[in-house]
Amino acid sequence: MTQSVVVQVGQCGNQIGCCFWDLALREHAAVNQKGIYDEAISSFFRNVDTRVVGDGGSISKGKICSLKARAVLIDMEEGVVNEILQGPLRDVFDTKQLITDISGSGNNWAVGHKVFGSLYQDQILEKFRKSAEHCDCLQCFFIIHSMGGGTGSGLGTFLLKSLFDIISKIDLMVNSGKLGTTVKPKSLVTSSSGALKKQHKKPFDAMNNIVANLLLNLTSSARFEGSLNMDLNEISMNLVPFPQLHYLVSSLTPLYTLTDVNIPPRRLDQMFSDAFSKDHQLLRADPKHSLYLACALMVRGNVQISDLRRNIERLKPSLQFVSWNQEGWKTSLCSVPPVGHSHSLLALANNTCVKPTFMELKERFMRLYKKKAHLHHYLQVEGMEESCFTEAVSSLSALIQEYDQLDATKNMPVQDLPRLSIAM
Amino acid sequence: MSIVTVQLGQCGNQIGFEVFDALLSDSHSSQGLCSMRENEAYQASCKERFFSEEENGVPIARAVLVDMEPKVINQMLSKAAQSGQWKYGQHACFCQKQGSGNNWAYGYSVHGPRHEESIMNIIRKEVEKCDSFSGFFIIMSMAGGTGSGLGAFVTQNLEDQYSNSLKMNQIIWPYGTGEVIVQNYNSILTLSHLYRSSDALLLHENDAIHKICAKLMNIKQISFSDINQVLAHQLGSVFQPTYSAESSFHYRRNPLEGFKDPALYTSWLKPVNAFNVWKTQRAFSKYEKSAVLVSNSQFLVKPLDMIVGKAWNMFASKAYIHQYTKFGIEEEDFLDSFTSLEQVVASYCNL
Repeated sequence: MTQSVVVQVGQCGNQIGCCFWDLALREHAAVNQKGIYDEAISSFFRNVDTRVVGDGGSISKGKICSLKARAVLIDMEEGVVNEILQGPLRDVFDTKQLITDISGSGNNWAVGHKVFGSLYQDQILEKFRKSAEHCDCLQCFFIIHSMGGGTGSGLGTFLLKSLFDIISKIDLMVNSGKLGTTVKPKSLVTSSSGALKKQHKKPFDAMNNIVANLLLNLTSSARFEGSLNMDLNEISMNLVPFPQLHYLVSSLTPLYTLTDVNIPPRRLDQMFSDAFSKDHQLLRADPKHSLYLACALMVRGNVQISDLRRNIERLKPSLQFVSWNQEGWKTSLCSVPPVGHSHSLLALANNTCVKPTFMELKERFMRLYKKKAHLHHYLQVEGMEESCFTEAVSSLSALIQEYDQLDATKNMPVQDLPRLSIAM
Repeated sequence: MSIVTVQLGQCGNQIGFEVFDALLSDSHSSQGLCSMRENEAYQASCKERFFSEEENGVPIARAVLVDMEPKVINQMLSKAAQSGQWKYGQHACFCQKQGSGNNWAYGYSVHGPRHEESIMNIIRKEVEKCDSFSGFFIIMSMAGGTGSGLGAFVTQNLEDQYSNSLKMNQIIWPYGTGEVIVQNYNSILTLSHLYRSSDALLLHENDAIHKICAKLMNIKQISFSDINQVLAHQLGSVFQPTYSAESSFHYRRNPLEGFKDPALYTSWLKPVNAFNVWKTQRAFSKYEKSAVLVSNSQFLVKPLDMIVGKAWNMFASKAYIHQYTKFGIEEEDFLDSFTSLEQVVASYCNL
């Protein structure tokens, strides 16, 4: 089994990250009754003997001593990280795996990327190297950050660049709707609006919970056993038909937070229908009315292959798949359900419904850019030039065009192409 | 005569477990209508074929378990041990951590060469344990990365190193509506490579077995465990000892030999040579009578044609190709595979 490291950048990234570690501990506590440090828990946690000073304290087997998250916490102002380190999860984090500064990035991508990027580059790589050393077999970095702020977006994309050639990564981007740039590696786009129907006292708590659950469910089939396993590298293999089209939309059913204790159990088939409805998408998008390039269904709990097949047959006619991938389904069955539920479903789709999100982003960007509004804040940062902006826009436009071309093939009849003919 | 089973990937290992379980429980089941002497001969033959004996009498499966991630093998090892009836050998496993990512190229070009020596060593040790070795039974799926890619690589190696032994590949044909998106690519690459190195390909479609579970067995919520058990039952009845032509108590020596020259129902072959019947008095498992049909017929053409068609459509748009080229499988390799398989389809169609 492999290990993954979570890199949380900026306020948003760290708050979601904190939620994630809390949920992960609860999940493993529910499954791991005997308190033995096993391979499943080692995917996200180290087992450390806290009496040992320095780096020698790692224990690979036996009883759980003290669990440390495989995490790197990065923020250019201290408030959020300090709160985490004083909160109930303080013992879970390794204080050596932090990078903080005081002044913050001022919602300025250029400051995050250029200033703090170059300032902290060595430290960042050092922390990554350290976390890799603590792993038997490191498979994946999960990077959680927002696009709208300065640290999450700027420093977040900087460290992505640093990691680019090293290892596979999955990037969880949260779109809050302001200025941003496109990012290269595999990305799961979620939006902070649109997924919740209820009012909560602390709205971000519930939203962060959902994103944290997403990450848990994404990795469940790799951590726990099931009759049809799905590892993380299978996600990118199956859902990314072309390198540049790696934006995935997710939906999670049932949607719940820790405080929702009295959710009536949903009928199994209803769970599948919900996953494809507009309301359950974690991005403001409607995949049902756009074109699917690929779709993955990750089911947890007491669900068997026949249930899965029945629902795929049922839902297929209402979904449009691209002509060269008419049966583009990737499925997995994990026998361990999430805490408090008998089953759950995470649907990941590579769908042209992300296009409106990117188009809206581009429009809002152009409105400000035409007036050169706020531009001086960026250009006064050393290393930042107007070409950064123009390149970003043209890469975004190219992406939108790719989706346009695919959309144009919607509703066209599927033609079987002439095959090789053999002379006998 | 003994058979060494090689179980590859999640599918191969899950099925392999069910097969050994079915074989052993069959050999322990009631002798039914046959005599005690016959029953004992049957049991001895079955045991020798698939199991080796340990000091305390617990049979050890003549199997090599290979997977690129540990969860499934660990599960199968403990399930076997828990049964109390049989178990897998302690050193019969080869495991890695990262998996193959459903990527045939990764299984074939990366895992294959990297782990060739270790895997072949384990297989050699297992073969050496056999008094008289007849051949290999390789269980794998076509849709994933390990079973398909590494399976093709291992079969090729077995052909190189054990060219005189028979190799039979049990291949699982995935559900038509997708378990893995790139399953068609993985399938055509697997089939075209096995074509050259395997002696016989025994194919089972998930769709077909699923129907059996639903219609003939009336199972409401069908799980992979149900599917694998049906499959194991079929395979078990195929491989159990049967009488050879020579004498009643002399069990057929080499079960794989019958498959060596698959019969074709064509005008140039007399039906008496085409149809092989193997009989035994001893019933299979809890049934009074049972029959198994293994055939080489044109039934294969339609599913094969469909898979090749779908893979071709996807290939024409170049979708997912970058995932394969990054591990050394180029577009040319795909075209080679397409060509071989179109030839197979054409050959069957011309009959």
